[in-house]
Amino acid sequence: MTQPRAWWLLWAGVLCAMVLTAVGICVGSAGFENLLQPLLQPELDPGRSAMAQQIVWEIRLPRTLGAWAAGALLGLAGAVAQGLFRNPLADPYLLGSASGASLGVALALAALGGGAGMLGGNMMNGSVPVSVFSSSVWVRLGLTGAAFCGAVLAVLLTLVLSRGVGHTLRLLLAGVVVGVVLGAMTHLVLLFSPDSLQAMQAFMLGSTAFVGWTSCVLMAGMWCVCVVVAWLLARVLDGLSLGDATAVSLGLPIVPMRAALVAVLALATGTAVAQTGLIAFVGLAAPHLVRSVVKTTHGNLMLLSSLVGGVLLMAADTLARGLIAPQELPVGVLTAVLGGGYLLWLMHRGQAHEGGRA
Amino acid sequence: MNISTQNTPEKIAISAHSVRVSLGNGSAKSPVLHGVSLDIVAGQWTSIVGPNGAGKSTLLKVLAGVLPHGGTVSLLGRDLPNIAHRERARELAWLGQNETSADDLTVWDVAMLGRLPHQSWLSAPSAIDHAAVESALRATQAWDWRCRSLGQLSGGERQRVLLARALAVQARVLLMDEPLANLDPPHQSDWLAIVQELVRQGTTVVSVLHEISIALHADTVVVIDKGKLHHHGASGDAATHAALTRVFDGRIAIHQLAGQWVVVPVLAQAHPIVQEKSN
Repeated sequence: MTQPRAWWLLWAGVLCAMVLTAVGICVGSAGFENLLQPLLQPELDPGRSAMAQQIVWEIRLPRTLGAWAAGALLGLAGAVAQGLFRNPLADPYLLGSASGASLGVALALAALGGGAGMLGGNMMNGSVPVSVFSSSVWVRLGLTGAAFCGAVLAVLLTLVLSRGVGHTLRLLLAGVVVGVVLGAMTHLVLLFSPDSLQAMQAFMLGSTAFVGWTSCVLMAGMWCVCVVVAWLLARVLDGLSLGDATAVSLGLPIVPMRAALVAVLALATGTAVAQTGLIAFVGLAAPHLVRSVVKTTHGNLMLLSSLVGGVLLMAADTLARGLIAPQELPVGVLTAVLGGGYLLWLMHRGQAHEGGRA
Repeated sequence: MNISTQNTPEKIAISAHSVRVSLGNGSAKSPVLHGVSLDIVAGQWTSIVGPNGAGKSTLLKVLAGVLPHGGTVSLLGRDLPNIAHRERARELAWLGQNETSADDLTVWDVAMLGRLPHQSWLSAPSAIDHAAVESALRATQAWDWRCRSLGQLSGGERQRVLLARALAVQARVLLMDEPLANLDPPHQSDWLAIVQELVRQGTTVVSVLHEISIALHADTVVVIDKGKLHHHGASGDAATHAALTRVFDGRIAIHQLAGQWVVVPVLAQAHPIVQEKSN
């Protein structure tokens, strides 16, 4: 990392994440309450300290860190997708993973019956009652597994339809086709199983409310794997940005490396979607935010947009809990509104700066 | 054309034998090259010229090993498929027609990509890499904007950066497709000086050019028409000039001016018979 602005953004990202973690564990159904003091100085009020520890340790901390991990996965996947497709409009859900995950969840909900609607049932209730959470842990695992399998299978289907990763445009079109067809199938499933509609809607809007330590560790582990692989392949993306033929002339084996990048994209997106539902715009906005600050190579871009994605989702999650406490907004709605607004602002600011140059 | 029968003392850098290429998919597949065979002499500058759509760029891609094709191509005496990708990339650099979308990379980063074939996986650029990039950027006069991103540059400036990227490879063979695109006359002349210096140092240069006056500065000219090799000869030969005039339907005139060949378009209704009368 040679540019000072890249370092600056890196440290800003880390610092924001730390501050947001501290704020995040203090925001709950009662709005903002300072839990740091009873946590750090338990001798002042042992009773309150024990309660604070339980709330923070069992609910708010995994949820806050989980929001970071999910955002980081989506930010990384967004940067990979935009580099892979050489298109700044590409987002992590482009290869059909979102519609695949939705279909997986819809099928699982239909199979389990409307009773599995707990995913949405508590959506607007602020913090989750621990009893409900633990009693339906198997249902949750089933839904998560279904979402992950759906996402990965949809990407594989896209790869089969596009006959491999050799042709970027074909890959993109196959992704669109898979997205539309699986989306239609999801609606068909919901039509026959109206009980699951509410739970399904919660999944579509995205939520970090049910992220526990297991999900958190799973996402963090997957993030480590994906970041390392993406970092190793960053030079391929740099080479590919000069065009396929130039990349080949530079001796890069582009087909296997593109396949590896698609795998990173699918795994990162699948993992995030399975744990938190379809969270909009983080994957699209994070790389743009990084680019608006620093123009850099793909290695730095992927790392930084991953950090920025984590911070974005963490901030959105904290806002979602605090804005209308004790009620809670679905975090996906906030990311869509904030991310969309931000992109619009970036677009118009860019036009004003560059005199409308594309 | 065949080296085995010709027994020439000149070393051959690239040898192509009955190269055939079809582009497009399925029923829309159309042949672009119909069995082109040619030898590119090492340490010389060869220009490939011909009308639009003749297959010049396609031929150059085949020679660079970046396009699937029928027939065989060998680089410095070895068949292309038998050379490892990275090794080929060190021996042969290719500058394509403007297809970049690397707007976010800095000029320095782009030129450094030319060093990829020399770098081991994950290692940071060495002092040699830095020196190669610096001299390439200075040669194309792009050094001053090395910290700017490619998206902030004009077409001609980008072209000079992409040229620097190809030069930074420091390969023994350099293939360039329309390297003069968007360059103004002073920078065309700079490009000419770079190529002449490369050839003096022993580099083999092959360029596809629309600017035929510039192409005639080359040692050898390859004339391609309708996917076939039409002529291959020295740039000063009358036969080469005749072949050029023929493939352009007699609508160019080649004159000598101050020791250089100058090619001018002939107006259709003016004198369609006036050809290659060098005064």
